[in-house]
Amino acid sequence: MLVLAIESSCDDTAVAVVEDGKRILSNWVSSQIEVHRKYGGVVPELASRRHIETIIPVTRAALEKARASLDDIDGIAVTRGPGLVGSLLVGLSVAKSLAYVKGKPLVGVNHIDGHLSAVFLEREDLTFPFLGLVVSGGHTSLYRVEGVGETQLLGRTRDDAAGEVFDKVAKALGLGYPGGPIIDNLSKRLGSEAIRFPRALLSSKTLDFSFSGLKTAVVNYLKAHPLSRDEEDRLIGIVAGFQEAVVDVLLRKAGQAARQEGLERIVVSGGVASNSYLRERFCEMARNEDRAVFFPSPRLCTDNAAMIGVVGYHYFQKGWTSPLSLNAFANLPTPPIPTDEVLD
Amino acid sequence: MKKTLIIDSHSAAETRRVGRLLGQFLKPGSLVALSGELGSGKTQFIKGLASGLGVDKNYQVTSPSFVLINEYPGRIPLYHLDLFRLSEGKDLEEMGLEEYFYGPGVTAIEWAEKATPFVPPQRIWVDIRWTGPNSRQLRIKAAGQKNAQILEAVSKEIKIRSFKQ
Repeated sequence: MLVLAIESSCDDTAVAVVEDGKRILSNWVSSQIEVHRKYGGVVPELASRRHIETIIPVTRAALEKARASLDDIDGIAVTRGPGLVGSLLVGLSVAKSLAYVKGKPLVGVNHIDGHLSAVFLEREDLTFPFLGLVVSGGHTSLYRVEGVGETQLLGRTRDDAAGEVFDKVAKALGLGYPGGPIIDNLSKRLGSEAIRFPRALLSSKTLDFSFSGLKTAVVNYLKAHPLSRDEEDRLIGIVAGFQEAVVDVLLRKAGQAARQEGLERIVVSGGVASNSYLRERFCEMARNEDRAVFFPSPRLCTDNAAMIGVVGYHYFQKGWTSPLSLNAFANLPTPPIPTDEVLD
Repeated sequence: MKKTLIIDSHSAAETRRVGRLLGQFLKPGSLVALSGELGSGKTQFIKGLASGLGVDKNYQVTSPSFVLINEYPGRIPLYHLDLFRLSEGKDLEEMGLEEYFYGPGVTAIEWAEKATPFVPPQRIWVDIRWTGPNSRQLRIKAAGQKNAQILEAVSKEIKIRSFKQ
C-alpha cells in the first residue's frame, strides 16, 4: 500500500511516499532554516507563506523520487495538529484537494503520533508496549505506547519544552538559530569543566518536567559573570553545562517512567533526540539498566512526512479515514492529569 | 484612580501570587500585555493569572513560544499568546491574532513589546525587571478607566495581604 504523506505543522514543508508503513520511497523536507535564521526563530506568518510556495514543488518531487504517480497512491495522510494553524491549513488543503480530485481516501494524523512511530521506518522488529519520549521545540512528553496512535500521556513539561530552552539559551548567548545543533557541536569541544546548573527534577511523584528554572539559572549566571567575546572556553563550559542539565533531567524522568510502567523498551524521538550527547547518555543508561533504547536517525527525528505516512498506513489498515471536512487543530491545552503541584 | 502599581517580588511563587490576584479581578475582554527579558517570570505570572481566572489547576500553563498560542477554559477563558518568535514590529493583524483581543476571554500576551503598536490601547501592561537572581520588580500600568478600577482593587488587596511567605 502506497501512502502519500504531507506534514506542514511548523517550519518545514514535508512530503513523503511510504510503502506499507515501513519503506520510504521518498521523504522530502524543504527545510526553511535559511529563511528563519535571521529572525532567531520560526516566524509563523513567514512559515505559512513559504509553505504555500513550496508545497506543490515538494509534492511533485516526492512523487517523482518515488517513481509513482498520484494514481498509484492508495491513500493520503496529513498532519492535522498540533501546530501553527496557518501552516497546518496549507498541508490540509493540498491533501484534501488531491484526495477529492483523485478519489483517494484521506486520513488526519496527530503530529505526536508521527514522532512516536518514526522508529518503525528503520526498526520493523520493535514491539509494543514501549515508553515514548517526544522531545522537540514544542513538546517534551512521556507516553506509554500500546500501538500506533494508542498512547497514554505519563508526564510533560510544566513550562518550556526542551528544544525551546535550547533555542532561548542560544539566543541569550548570541549563538544564533537553531540552538540545538549549535550547542551540541560547541559542547563537543569542552576541554575543561562544564559549569554546573541546577536540575529541576520536581518531586519523585511526578513524571513532569520543568525547564524554565534552568533557563533562568543560565540568565542569572550571565548577569553575575558577563561573557566577553574572546572567552570561548567559558562559553563552551556554559553550553555544555546547560546541555548536561537538560539531558540529565530527561534521562532521570524517562528512567523513572520506564521502571514505574515496567517498560523495557524506550523510544526517543523529536528534534532534540538527534542531540549526540543525549543519545550517548540514553545508550549508557540502557546498558546499565538492561533496557533497549531506540532513536530514529536524525533526519527522521526532526519534522518529516514519512513518520506521518507510517501512522496513516496503520489507520488505513484499521479502516479509519477522515471526511473532507477534516480541520486543523492548533494547540489544545494539555489535558488535565492529576498533579501534585499546588500553586501556593 | 490607580494607574501604576509597583510590586517587588522575591520568588517565582510570589510572582504567581500577584498574577493570581490580578486574575481574580479581570473581566471578559481584559487584555494583559507582558514584557521583560528571558527568564524574568512572564510565564510564571500567567500561571498565576490562570489560577485567578479559575482555570483548572490540572491544566499546565506552559510556554507557547513555539506554538504561539494556547487556550485554557476557565471561569473566563484564557488566551495565552507569546510573540517571542516574531520579528520586531510584526503586523499582528496579518497573523489573525487580533481576533483574540475582542473575544469573550482574557488575553495575555508575552513579549508584547515586540508588537507594541498592535496591542490595543485599553490594556494592563506588566513589565517585569530583573533586580537579582530571585527578585524582580513588577510594574503594572493600567490604561483606560475599567483597567484602572481593576488595578485599584488589586492594589487594595495587596495592602491587606502580605505576599511574602
